Amino acid sequence: MRLSRLTVLVIILSLLAAGVAFAGKDLDAVKKKGFIQAGVNGGVFGFGMPDSKGVWKGLDVDTARAFAAAIFGDASKVKFTPLTAQQRFTALQSGEIDVLTRNATRTLSRETQLGLNFVTVNYYDGQGFMIAKKLGVKSAKDLDGATVCVLPGTTTEQNAADYFRSNNMKWNPVVIESTSELAKTFFAGRCDVLTSDASQLAGTRAVAPNPNDYAIMPEIISKEPLAPAVRHGDDQFRDIVDFAVLAMINAEEMGITSKNVDAKLKSKDPMVQRFLGVIEGNGKSLGLDEKWAYNIIKQVGNYGEIFERNVGVNTTLGIERGLNALWTNGGLMYSPPFK
Amino acid sequence: MKKDPSIATDTELLPSAVPAWRDPAKRAIVFQVAALLLVAAVSYYLYSNTQSNLERQSIATGFGFLDMEAGFEIGESVVEYSAADSYADALLVGALNTIKVSFIGVILTIILGTVVGVARLSSNWLISKLAAGYIEVMQNIPVLLQLFFWYAIFYESFPSPRQALNPFEGVFLCNRGLIFGVPESHAVHGTMAWAFVAALAIGWLLNRWGRRRQAETGQIFPAVRVTLALGIVLPLLAWVFAGSPTAMDIPELRGFNFTGGVTVSPEFSALLLGLVFYTAAFVAEIVRAGIQSVSRGQVEAAMAVGLRPGQVLHLVILPQALRVIIPPLTSQMLNLTKNSSLAIAIGYADFVAVTNTTINQTGQAIEGVALIMLIYLSFSLSTSLFMNWYNKKMALVER
Repeated sequence: MRLSRLTVLVIILSLLAAGVAFAGKDLDAVKKKGFIQAGVNGGVFGFGMPDSKGVWKGLDVDTARAFAAAIFGDASKVKFTPLTAQQRFTALQSGEIDVLTRNATRTLSRETQLGLNFVTVNYYDGQGFMIAKKLGVKSAKDLDGATVCVLPGTTTEQNAADYFRSNNMKWNPVVIESTSELAKTFFAGRCDVLTSDASQLAGTRAVAPNPNDYAIMPEIISKEPLAPAVRHGDDQFRDIVDFAVLAMINAEEMGITSKNVDAKLKSKDPMVQRFLGVIEGNGKSLGLDEKWAYNIIKQVGNYGEIFERNVGVNTTLGIERGLNALWTNGGLMYSPPFK
Repeated sequence: MKKDPSIATDTELLPSAVPAWRDPAKRAIVFQVAALLLVAAVSYYLYSNTQSNLERQSIATGFGFLDMEAGFEIGESVVEYSAADSYADALLVGALNTIKVSFIGVILTIILGTVVGVARLSSNWLISKLAAGYIEVMQNIPVLLQLFFWYAIFYESFPSPRQALNPFEGVFLCNRGLIFGVPESHAVHGTMAWAFVAALAIGWLLNRWGRRRQAETGQIFPAVRVTLALGIVLPLLAWVFAGSPTAMDIPELRGFNFTGGVTVSPEFSALLLGLVFYTAAFVAEIVRAGIQSVSRGQVEAAMAVGLRPGQVLHLVILPQALRVIIPPLTSQMLNLTKNSSLAIAIGYADFVAVTNTTINQTGQAIEGVALIMLIYLSFSLSTSLFMNWYNKKMALVER
């Protein structure tokens, strides 16, 4: 009897001690298990959502595929975890996922208090308002006294509060956890206005019973740089994730696409040669295969390609490049040199 | 562990002659202490491990965030609140909202549950079967679905504010809720509340006096009816003396929404209805079981000695039935309180919803979840304490 108690005690203590063992560096852990676990949005069309065949589609999803292509040379070596706005940071902190690509806004407090490293922005967004046209309101400045549908667990709640406060307007929030339930509530007229990131408003409007009854107002009330994030503690992994995003932007700038990347391997331009690993060095510095950037462009595409494929003007969302155009076209997408 | 009978007898006869390690009482203490130490060690390990992990990932810890500005609005609040207030204020608003829906919910549930439970026992076939049908249907549909159902009814079937239904003067019904006029705030309202409290106190004294008189003389004093009458007359007198102010705060459609009056939001109503209809089905079964636990013979005997039906219920059935009803009723009250945390699904700003937003803005999930656990634990424990006290009061006094 006593012996068995002792045994149980020893087992429990040894189990607990196993938890103390420091988990390996994030990159080593990812390489060891053979795939990268990415946290994505489960239900935002154009950013992260499985299609009718169960294949994950979206700008954030393709960004995560680029990480897999860089690390493993195979864009399919990524597994997706759909996360709600509330779960996402905890999932990353706890190590349930390796990287978060779930339209998360980079902010100072998230970077510091949550212990996260955001990398290069893969979509510049801003919060806006959608309203039923029949209310005849043209500007967000006329929203005094309105009831506003808000999705919780985002910067959205605070932005809306700030906006109404700074304009000295009264308002009444209705905060519902699920995106689809919130949209249903809004379309039924429970709220006058729906507020969210402009890209999400476009997605919500696309699934409205009658999209032409709703208008997105001109005011953009916040800056929402949406960026992938990793945990503090593994700088090498952070660099890889960062430069995987930058590689897609750089490729667009250099005019390298998934279609012409093989031809570009024969390019005489040393910048292109360095970028695609013909002149070696970049891969070694990152601790990756020299073909890492080539693999991203070949298997996933450059930034312009993934943008147009998922959210561009020819998709249901029909979003213009706007801030997300290359800096050479008046946008904010800019990559440091790859050397 | 095998028991050696000889040791037990030794202990009884010669306690001092037994070595400590063979004394079951002392051994028990050692085991208790060891178990306690083990629990303490595990707790300390979990705590320190969490702390060091959080530190390693440079995640902020502690409750310092409570004093920072919350920066988000809350849809409905019992107390004055704005985005400029602190997180602590926001959490208080959430806790009060949880208390509001739970408290009203519990009272309505007990009333509805009792009615359905009694109806279930009715000798009228139709009423009894209707009650049985209600219980079966409500018990077997998940409460979350019921909440969505009620909420959808509110926002889908009621018109927009501009086409609001206006059944009576000053009462509006639309998809923003039920909005009605209330008397404009006046100094006499406080006096009226005190008059009501005074009426209750007088009633309590009258009841004591009446019981004593009944024990001495056998005459019955209708204390309940007199108290009710006092409860109405005293506040009314105060109102008349203040010059009977009749000014009303009537809601008015201004811009998007109604301003003025009192608004009962669709979220609150849907949550309340969902919880009450769901929990009342369980309470009905508890009430039925309680009433059936009193044998029929007692009712017949009570009627035979000439008690009126009201007195039979009040003096014979209830005191015995309540002993069976109270313990499971307590657990249903706790269930209702805990289920109110489903509020976030339909947009009611309860404690969990507000804490969720707080966790998201501050990133301090552990502190937030600890607060949720603490709040629900204290709600549950205080309900339990009260109900246990009531149960003891109602329990059979054995001599």
